[in-house]
Amino acid sequence: MLRCNDYIFAESLEEAYKLNQKKNNVIVGGNGWLKLRKRQWGTVIDLSGLGLDKIDENDEEFRIGAMVCLSDLENHKGLDKYTCGAVKDSLKHIVGTQFRNTVTVGGSIYGRFGFSDVLSIFMAMDSYVELYKGGIVVMSEFAKMPYDRDILVNIIIKKKPLKIGYSSFRNQSTDFPVVTCAVAIGEGRIATVVGARPSKADIRTDSAEALEDINDYAIKTAKSFDYQSNMRASAEYREHIAKVLIKRTVERIINN
Amino acid sequence: MEIKLWINDKLITDNVEPDMPMLEFLRDKGCLSVKRGCETSNCGLCTVWLEGKPVLSCTMPLMRANKKHITTLEGLRKEAAEFGAFLADEGADQCGYCNPGFIMNVLALERDIEDPTDEDIKEYLSGNLCRCTGYTGQFRAVKKYLAHKRSVKADE
Repeated sequence: MLRCNDYIFAESLEEAYKLNQKKNNVIVGGNGWLKLRKRQWGTVIDLSGLGLDKIDENDEEFRIGAMVCLSDLENHKGLDKYTCGAVKDSLKHIVGTQFRNTVTVGGSIYGRFGFSDVLSIFMAMDSYVELYKGGIVVMSEFAKMPYDRDILVNIIIKKKPLKIGYSSFRNQSTDFPVVTCAVAIGEGRIATVVGARPSKADIRTDSAEALEDINDYAIKTAKSFDYQSNMRASAEYREHIAKVLIKRTVERIINN
Repeated sequence: MEIKLWINDKLITDNVEPDMPMLEFLRDKGCLSVKRGCETSNCGLCTVWLEGKPVLSCTMPLMRANKKHITTLEGLRKEAAEFGAFLADEGADQCGYCNPGFIMNVLALERDIEDPTDEDIKEYLSGNLCRCTGYTGQFRAVKKYLAHKRSVKADE
């Protein structure tokens, strides 16, 4: 349960940033993960009064506020069209409708969770985070950055001519994924992201020529990631599943 | 902290601890249909509507409901009884513990998706866990209930 001494709706990003410099304070996204922490916080900082719950789309990009809930992302027509349903495919297995109405994209991305479907799909696209102090950072770089006291304000997706696909494997529907896989093909390149290995998502980029033999590409790419075992699956099993997901996702994109 | 909100259209003002969970607050206000089935945002039993949208009251910070409307099963007695009859006719529930959250989400589905496919129904309701059954009775009940509502609407 979320435990705190104070709960403040920040009236500006500057106020939120200042409050967030104290180690005993924390920013709450949708409280899906934070509530599981067994810790008494000083002040919980809420960004929901700052208008960050909107998705703006223009010819060049999508700009997604940190407080947009996962279901708004899932049901956004422009994103659905741009990604040929891949964003929806990445989100629809996450717990349930009520959960996705509650939790935020900012919390999902900031957390850089190993199990994250959200990080996996964003990383495959030409996407960036906008940090209050740190400026704009490429998603795959952000994933590697240490946790600091900055604030994730927006997520930006540049509309590159990409074909995008997403697959995940779960032992049971709505559970955490055993492996996630996002693929983007275009501009002479293929980018494959594999997450939940169970460590956080990582990306491999090759020239499109690598796809001459899809099976070979899937085997080599799956092999290039590191995998570990946990209660959900062994490392060997994960690598095998990753290979299958990469192959299927690539084939689905090419045949679409 | 001062909070002012509507629970089932009744205006409530109160002074609460900053970390008061929405679920406990609603139970304190007499909405005992709102229950905690898990502690990991997974089971869907604590489902309420915030401005008409189904959310998890175990997870959604209470203060975000300030100046907003919450609906619980207590505010939807007539519809809940109507759908409940379909559940009973299909012999869907056994212990019935998961029913309040399930019914809240079925009624949200009915409002959200006009003519849902089987897949839409399963996806929409996948966050409501039932540990007695295999969901097939519930699925039949939802299908028959929605078909019934459609035919009533067509007759009007």
